[in-house]
Amino acid sequence: MTSKQIERRFDAFKTFMAIAIALGIAFIVISFVSESPVEAIATFITGPLQRKSRIGNILEMMTPIMFTGTAICIMYQANQFNMIGEGAFLIAANLTTWFAVTHETWSGLPLQIACLRVGIVTGVVAAFIPAILKVKFKANEVVSSIMMNYILLNVSNYILYYKMRDTVSGQQASYKIPERAKFAKIWTGTRVHTGIFIALAVAVLMYFFIYRTKWGYAIRMVGANANFAKYSGISIVSVAMATQLIGGAIAGLGGSVEMLGMYDRFIWYGTQPGYGFDGIMVGVLAKNNPILVPLAAFFLAYMRIGADVMNRMSDVPIEFVDVVQGLIIMFVAAEMFLSKYKHKLIVNNAKKQLEAKEAAE
Amino acid sequence: MGEGLFSQIFDLLFTTSFAASILRVTTPILFAALGGLIARRCGIMNLALEGMMLTSALTGVVVSAFVRKAVLGDLMPADAAYEAVSGRAVAAGAAAGFLAGVLCSVLMGLFLAYMAVQLKANIYLSGLAINTISTGGTVFALYLAAGEKGMSSSLNSCTMPVIDIPIIKDIPIIGEVISGHNIMVYFALLCVPLVYYIVMRTSTGLRIRAVGENPNAAESVGVNVKKVQFQAMALSGLFCGFGGVSLSMGYVSFFSRGMTAGKGFIGMSAMNLGNATPIGTTIAAFLFGMFDAMANILQSLSVPSQFIASIPYVATLIGLIVFAIQTDRKTKRLKEKHSK
Repeated sequence: MTSKQIERRFDAFKTFMAIAIALGIAFIVISFVSESPVEAIATFITGPLQRKSRIGNILEMMTPIMFTGTAICIMYQANQFNMIGEGAFLIAANLTTWFAVTHETWSGLPLQIACLRVGIVTGVVAAFIPAILKVKFKANEVVSSIMMNYILLNVSNYILYYKMRDTVSGQQASYKIPERAKFAKIWTGTRVHTGIFIALAVAVLMYFFIYRTKWGYAIRMVGANANFAKYSGISIVSVAMATQLIGGAIAGLGGSVEMLGMYDRFIWYGTQPGYGFDGIMVGVLAKNNPILVPLAAFFLAYMRIGADVMNRMSDVPIEFVDVVQGLIIMFVAAEMFLSKYKHKLIVNNAKKQLEAKEAAE
Repeated sequence: MGEGLFSQIFDLLFTTSFAASILRVTTPILFAALGGLIARRCGIMNLALEGMMLTSALTGVVVSAFVRKAVLGDLMPADAAYEAVSGRAVAAGAAAGFLAGVLCSVLMGLFLAYMAVQLKANIYLSGLAINTISTGGTVFALYLAAGEKGMSSSLNSCTMPVIDIPIIKDIPIIGEVISGHNIMVYFALLCVPLVYYIVMRTSTGLRIRAVGENPNAAESVGVNVKKVQFQAMALSGLFCGFGGVSLSMGYVSFFSRGMTAGKGFIGMSAMNLGNATPIGTTIAAFLFGMFDAMANILQSLSVPSQFIASIPYVATLIGLIVFAIQTDRKTKRLKEKHSK
């Protein structure tokens, strides 16, 4: 085995262990809390697959998470811890809705394309601010992007409340998005829409971008060792800038797709939908590899739907999923978690190679 | 917008109740900012301020309710002994809740330090993970303790006492603004010089700053870097714990889900705007508290409160730029000096 193979095998094992430990903790807690823990856990595990509508729910839920997850992968590949995914997604969804309700007269396809373009541009603009602050002024992108998320939440609230609120609807909701702007449903009986193909396409495209192009190589190099990249003549500034803008674009596109695929009106008032943070979880699970994003997003969506079913069928509140999610992120992100095992793997491998060499001689 | 609106705003902003509300709103922000300050001085960006506050807010409420119940025992309000015992029960409940809430936050600080320092987890990711765990975990625990997911109103929790400052309370206007607040408000103000003293005047503070500036240099002169980071995170947790308790056991006597509502992050912004200096951070916290209080008031006046609510974050972005330019200039100046 080469050291790269060991690394990959260990990563997979570690992720698996992190999930196992987090779920193990959750199951222990459930068995203390619930009157019938076995059934509760069983519904959690098998519930999502029992009905067509629930499988549909998984696919619906993983669509937006795939976008924010891919966005995170691109940015984290270059070590840019930009948290703008949340804000970019929200404001893109908001402006997409605004665009759609004010351009009702447009015909179907041009309107859809224009809407997606609005989302992408919005995402790029949203990500541009933390990115430029980072490369021009060396301002910490984590802090500035979190600040941006709050600002964008307020901007979105403002636009919803003062520009497109439908006073007839009786709640904080926009006017109805015209029917012809919406994506087609692809599976009767569920709300799964064509947007899922866009999400998958983006993930695959970004995989090729990161692992098969010169640009992608530069990005990975900056992430692995910024100084080495710099001395090899890679412009760190342009890589930092590009990754964050691409990330913003993908998250923004996700906001548009989610809006046109799933909603009649824009209804996120005062709260963030939370897909940005889900994206971080997916990025961490996928080890920043876009091709693994669909798998990670499926896992997260499955867990969510499972918890939702369990919440309705038993006495365990759904919120335990957040705890599981947080624990998984921590264990996967912890470099030294299971490091002794990794050490053992490497030592054993080296021993084997030595023995093989000696035997050959 | 006519003159009428402006005079209305003026009328609302220049009242003693508005001035008093600034103090009230600033308290949790200030605690969070001080907690963030100590971590940042040690070179750790603590994004978990929010989650630590939220968890300690719930712990305080639950523990205080249980202790109160335990002290009261089977006594009913109709019983003769009830009056005498009830005061004691509330005091014991408040004290126990305070201690438990703060302890909980300190433990979370240490846990975060363990993840970041010992297990070398990315500090941003683990901080955010703590926030997620807290958001869900508090609702989960609240459901177990109180049987509901929104508020803890079914628990009879206690609050910290309200303090009337003698003499000052009799001065008109000033008395109304400064006196009669919850004890946590005054405690927050006392914590500012305390943090200044800890960070600037004690050997622990010196070590914290040394590790924050350059951990390798600190280690080379014999500082136990890991230990110092653990200490700093415990202190960070301590102040977040005060903040959390002040939220749920100060002006209100209940916990509600997500009650921190971004106050931890506003505190972090204040710390950033104040560039992690105790005085600057405090001033920034008060500014943000004022904007927060203003946003609350303006909501009733059909002024887009969203703009006011955004001010702290915009100010922080500008602050980040200003400090970055300053540090850049400083390093350039130093380089020029040395090249001569």
